[in-house]
Amino acid sequence: MRMFKRGNRTNGEMCFDWVNNILMFCICFITLYPIWYILVNSFNEGADAMLGGIFWWPREFTTENYAAVFANKGLMTSFGITVLRTLIGTVTNVFFTAMVAYPLSKEHLMGRKFYIIMGTITMFFSGGLIPSFLLYKNLDILNKFIVYILPSLFNFFNLIIFVNFFREIPKALEESASIDGANDIVIFLKVILPLSKPVLATIALFTGVYHWNDYFAGVIFIQDASLEPIQTFLYRIVAESGSNQMVAAATNVVKSTTSLSIKLATMVITTFPIVCVYPFLQKYFVKGMLIGAVKE
Amino acid sequence: MTKSSKKNWRQKLWSQKYLQLMVWPGIIWMFIFNYIPMTGIVIAFKDYKITRSIWEADWVGFEHFIEFFTDPKFTNIMTNTLGISLLKLIIGFPLPIIFAILLNEVKNATYKKSIQTISYLPHFISWVVLGGLLITWLSETGMINEVLVNFGILDKPIAFLADPNYFWGVALISDTWKELGWSAIIYLAAISGIDQQMYEAAAIDGATKMQKIWHITVPAIKGTIAVMFILAVANMLNSNFDQIFLLGNVLNADASQVIDTYVYEMGVGAGRYSYATAIGLFKSVIAMILLLIANFTTKKLQGRSLF
Repeated sequence: MRMFKRGNRTNGEMCFDWVNNILMFCICFITLYPIWYILVNSFNEGADAMLGGIFWWPREFTTENYAAVFANKGLMTSFGITVLRTLIGTVTNVFFTAMVAYPLSKEHLMGRKFYIIMGTITMFFSGGLIPSFLLYKNLDILNKFIVYILPSLFNFFNLIIFVNFFREIPKALEESASIDGANDIVIFLKVILPLSKPVLATIALFTGVYHWNDYFAGVIFIQDASLEPIQTFLYRIVAESGSNQMVAAATNVVKSTTSLSIKLATMVITTFPIVCVYPFLQKYFVKGMLIGAVKE
Repeated sequence: MTKSSKKNWRQKLWSQKYLQLMVWPGIIWMFIFNYIPMTGIVIAFKDYKITRSIWEADWVGFEHFIEFFTDPKFTNIMTNTLGISLLKLIIGFPLPIIFAILLNEVKNATYKKSIQTISYLPHFISWVVLGGLLITWLSETGMINEVLVNFGILDKPIAFLADPNYFWGVALISDTWKELGWSAIIYLAAISGIDQQMYEAAAIDGATKMQKIWHITVPAIKGTIAVMFILAVANMLNSNFDQIFLLGNVLNADASQVIDTYVYEMGVGAGRYSYATAIGLFKSVIAMILLLIANFTTKKLQGRSLF
C-alpha cells in the first residue's frame, strides 16, 4: 500500500534514505581519513613510522616530532612571517576593499559605471606573472615584507560581495546620521561597518585563508629566507624531498627516516589554525558566497 | 552642456566629495596593480631583456607567438591543458551538484550540518600541504601502495607520480577530494531557496523521490548550473597552477606540462620574459573567446547568461 501523507514514507524512500546516509558517511570518511592518517603518523616515532602499517592509532606514541619543529629556528621565523602577513594583510585588505565598495553601493555616485567597468575588466584580464614581477621590481617592493601586503590590498571580487551587502542596509540609518551632521566617511565608519559583521567575517576568512596558504609570493618575490612564510618553507622541503624520493626510487636507497615525520608535524601545525577557525565562520561564509553570486 | 547643468554637475560632485575620496584610492590601486601590468603585455611583441627598459626593446611582431606554435612541446602542452580541464569539466563538474542534491535529502539536521562542515575542510588545506602528502602517499613505499598491495588489488607497488599514465587521474581525484564540498555551497544555497510546498504537492500526486529530484530540484538550480558552467568553460585554459606545479616533475612531464607551468618555466626558470608573456597572452585571448562562446551558447539554450 502506498502512503501519500506527510510523515509516512514508502519503502522505496526508506531505501533511498538508507543508501544516501551510508553514501554520505563514506564521503565524510574519505574526506577525514587522510587527515587522521597524517595526525596519527605525526604523533608516531619517526623511524618506526617508516615501517608503515600505522592506519588508526600511533604505534610508538611520541611528541618529539612536534618538539623538533618548535625547536627549529628557521621554521619559527617562518611561522612569525605567516602570522604577521595574515593579520596585517587581512585587516588592510578587508578595510580597504570595504571602503572602496561603500561609495560604489550608491547609485548616485558620479562615475560609478566607469569605476565598475574598470574593475570588472580586471576580473577577466590580467597582465600575468612577468609584467607584475617587473612592476614590483620598478616599485622596489621585491624581497620586502610589503610585497605580501600591497599587491593583495584590494580585490574586486570581494568588492562585489561588499557592494551587494551594503545595498541591503536600510537607507534610513544613514539618513538619520547624515541629519546629525555626520559626513560619508563617518557614516561608513560608525554606521555601516558595525552593521556589516557577517560580510566582514566572510571576506576576512577568504583573505585570511589566502594569506595563510600562499606560498607562491614567497617563492617568486622573496630571496631572503628570513622573510619566507611557512608555506614557502614547506614548499622547499616538499620540492626537495620530492626529488629525493625520485632518486631513492631510482636507486633503491631508503631515504632518511625522521624527515617525513617532522614534515607531517609541520603540516599539522600549519593547517591546524585554519581548521579550527572555519567551522565558527561557516554560517557567515555560506551566506557571503550567496551574496557574491547575486548578479551585480 | 549648458552653463547651469555644468554648475549642477559641479555641485553634485562637491556634495559627494567624501564618497569620491573613498573610491579613488581603489581606482589608483587598480591602475597601478592591474592596468600597468596590462601595458607590460607589449613585451610579448618585443625582444625584452632585463638590462634595458621595456620601451627601448626592439619590436619583433608575432615572432614569439610563432615560436610557441612551432615549439615541439606545443601539441603536448595543449593536449595536457585541455585534457585535464575537460576531465575536470566532465567528471569533476557534475559531482558537487549531485553531492548537493543528495545532501539536501538527508533528513537528520545534525547529521546534515556535520557532513557539510566536514566537506568544507579540505578546501582550507593548502596545495603545498596536500601536494606534499600526495608525493609521499603515491610513492612506491607510500600509504596508497601499501593499502592496494595488502588488499591484493595490485601485485607490486606503482610509483604513480613517476609515470605519466596516472597523472591526469591523480589531478582529477585530488582536485575533487579538495573542492567537492566547497563547490557544492552555491548549489546547496540555490536548493534551500526552493519552495517546500512544491515537494508536498508532488508527494500528494504520488511522485517518487527520483521524480521530485528530477522535476523540482534540478529545474530550480538549472540557472545556477548554467552560470557555473560558463565560468568553468571560460577557465578551461587556466589549469590549477598550484596543483600541477606541485605534483608535476621531470618523470611525469609528458602528462603534466600545461600552459601555466610552461609560462612559469620559461619566464621565471629560463628568464625568457617576452616568450613567457606571449604564451600568457595567447592563453588570455583564447580564454576570452571561450567565455564569449560559452556565454552565447548557454544564453541560446537556457536563456541564462553572465552578460
